[in-house]
Amino acid sequence: MTPTRRKFLTALPIAGAGVLGVSFWRILHNMNDGSFDPRAVNNPHVGRPIPTFSLPGIIGQGDGFSDHDLRAQTRPVLINFFASWCIPCVQEMPGLRAISRKIPIWGIAYEDKPENADAFIKRDGSPYERLAADRHGKTAIDWGVTGVPESFLIIPGGRIIWHGSAALDPQTFENEVLPRLAKVGL
Amino acid sequence: MFGPEQGHFALALACILAFTQFILPLWGAHKRNARWVEIAPFLAISQLIALSLSFFDLILCAVRDDFSVQNVAANSAISKPLLYKITGVWGNHEGSVLLWTLILGVCGAAVSIFGRNLPDILKGRVLAILGGVSAGFQLFCLLTSNPFDRVFPAPPDGQGMNPLLQDPGLAFHPPILYTGYVGFAVPFAFAVAALIEGRVDAAWGRWVRPWAVAAWCFLTCGIALGSWWSYYVLGWGGYWFWDPVENASLIPWLTGTALVHSAIVVEKREGLKIWTVLLAIATFSFSLSGTFLVRSGILNSVHAFANDPARGVFILALLAIVIGGSLTLFAWRAPSLTSGGIFSPVSREGALVLNNILLCSICAVVVTGTMYPPFMQLLAGRTISVGKPFFDAATIPLTLPLLLAMGIGTALPWKRAHLARTFSHLWGAVLITFVGVLLCFWQFAGALPIACGALAIWVIIASLIDTGRKIGIGQTSLNNVFSRARILPRSSWGATLAHIGAGITILGLCGMSGAQQAIVEIHVGDTRTLHGDQWTLTHVRDYVGPNYHAMQADITIRDHSGHLITTLHPEKRNFMSQNQVTTEVAIHTNLVTDLYGVIGDRHGTGDNATYVLRLHYNPLAPWMWLGALIMAIGGAFSLSDRRLRVGAPQKAINRHTATI
Repeated sequence: MTPTRRKFLTALPIAGAGVLGVSFWRILHNMNDGSFDPRAVNNPHVGRPIPTFSLPGIIGQGDGFSDHDLRAQTRPVLINFFASWCIPCVQEMPGLRAISRKIPIWGIAYEDKPENADAFIKRDGSPYERLAADRHGKTAIDWGVTGVPESFLIIPGGRIIWHGSAALDPQTFENEVLPRLAKVGL
Repeated sequence: MFGPEQGHFALALACILAFTQFILPLWGAHKRNARWVEIAPFLAISQLIALSLSFFDLILCAVRDDFSVQNVAANSAISKPLLYKITGVWGNHEGSVLLWTLILGVCGAAVSIFGRNLPDILKGRVLAILGGVSAGFQLFCLLTSNPFDRVFPAPPDGQGMNPLLQDPGLAFHPPILYTGYVGFAVPFAFAVAALIEGRVDAAWGRWVRPWAVAAWCFLTCGIALGSWWSYYVLGWGGYWFWDPVENASLIPWLTGTALVHSAIVVEKREGLKIWTVLLAIATFSFSLSGTFLVRSGILNSVHAFANDPARGVFILALLAIVIGGSLTLFAWRAPSLTSGGIFSPVSREGALVLNNILLCSICAVVVTGTMYPPFMQLLAGRTISVGKPFFDAATIPLTLPLLLAMGIGTALPWKRAHLARTFSHLWGAVLITFVGVLLCFWQFAGALPIACGALAIWVIIASLIDTGRKIGIGQTSLNNVFSRARILPRSSWGATLAHIGAGITILGLCGMSGAQQAIVEIHVGDTRTLHGDQWTLTHVRDYVGPNYHAMQADITIRDHSGHLITTLHPEKRNFMSQNQVTTEVAIHTNLVTDLYGVIGDRHGTGDNATYVLRLHYNPLAPWMWLGALIMAIGGAFSLSDRRLRVGAPQKAINRHTATI
């Protein structure tokens, strides 16, 4: 190694640390004045168009759906990511059935075996109007899902206007989702 | 003598002592004033005494239920069991910072006591660097997170601690993990001292390695304990979440593992000097940054426990001084370090370089995945989440060649090796691995678990065969084998154990990929089948604990022929004062398979009540933590190596160079 190349290489770590340090400082600064909320990092896409995707259905539960189907809707739709292996998903089911009388819910089974998802949905009656399977969780990544259950409110044209990252119950629906809908005049 | 004011005073005193320990020896070494240098061990030990007193005072405040101390009022309660009054001291931000500085003080005192054979100047400088880091953290504790702050009027009872933390595993997790984090301060201090001196040699490698190994052992145990805790307390049946907090401990573990290996090359062959110094600095820097990221709240995590941007700014300044300072020194001095030890790519050194490259690549992947979300938000204004699929996809392809190299590495001679000749020693390992692969095919479905499992078996068998060859099994009489086993360096035994441990952990991870689970909602008396076993909910009872109400289930498990395997008693506890619910997982293990049961909600009442149960069949799960324990034991074994304890490095180096 030539001396200059050595000097260059040994200076790289400090340069890298410097870039990181300045970025951290900016993040902290933005946190202090409220323009950056780390808790919101996992709450993406609100106010944005839905990501493109096309998912197969769950056997015995229809054909699945894609972003085109979702965009073509003339009514708002709740998208609910769930899995048969998740306890909060079990718990939110009665609530979802109640909510499904007020708004169509489309379900996406996240990393779930089709037969398990099928049994899960059939057990006490399905709240879902349409169902799709995200076997390997790739679509969930595009949606920014960090854990099931998560729900998204989609308005006609395919824009996300609300996101909830916990089990959805009728009360949350009344307090958070309905006002959002009223705001956009739906 | 033992009250919060005294503890506060002792902490302030320790801070002054630490500053003195930082400045005097450095100045003394610069001016060649021996007395100022020699005072360093005395200061380090005094600092430890002051810190211990301060920590003891805080524990006393908690044990005495002194709710006039804000920290105790916020985190303790009269009804809390004594053990958790003590361990709860470090279950919150302020107390854990104090624990952190206490362990740093222990490190300084340990260098003073065990480093008698170090040259005075080097020891003085090492202690000075440790003192400087200590002083910074004690200042942080005093100025932004004082555990001795009073509250007026004092509340009659405290608010109690997070019931999730009320667990023996988690009670002892922080001290072990912190000892790992903080322990890397010693190799860091050695690296900075070497840069100031402008000299890194074989003796330096020999001094620095035991400290790195010790810290590595603690970090390994700490990470394993944390993963085990999330397995049996959180009740989700998993072991690794790729959560930022978990990554914050994995990152220094990866660079620390690389450091432990590259320091061998410095010690034996005087090679990889600059790289090793950089690793020592990087490992401690990652330990510090991990703390910073979690404490400042930049990283969004399920279990970050103190989010305060003001503290973040302070730690960032501290990091800028410690990391920025050491890396600047590195950029300035490292080019002048001469490297030695020429070796061919196929050699022990070559294998260790490969190991370093792969470990650092995995580390880069984890750092990228962890930092990507906040940075994308900052730079592009858009949010993105990075989760398990990314980490799995990016780390596994790097782990496979690492395992392959691990099996061959220890069998290769230094300087220059013949792959064909080495493989001829290891054909047995290849054969057994092949059989292992067939068994894996029979046991699992996926290609990836099979590849990983096969390589893990390869690592274990190759390590065993290599050690067997070194002690002459099959080549000489049994008596000879025993005497050879006795004189085989402990560090060699340690390496074998650690590699076998790594293999066992990987096997555990592969086994978990074959795990099965079911979530059921059933009545008492109903039975469900999972992996051929019959799980029956036989009884559910309610009872009242010391500070909670609980619902406890009896789940009997019978095998396909109706033979009773075990009865599990999972619980769900409701802590009234915090209004928090915890799950008490029930696990039946036979060291090969875990049967794992969790009870969830009750729906309905009386005879119509149904219960949500989560049932898991987890093959090889215990091996993950068993392997980690074996790794740490291997490290500890290597620490007991006579050569490290006696420490006659100069002589050893002469002997070593004579043999080359």
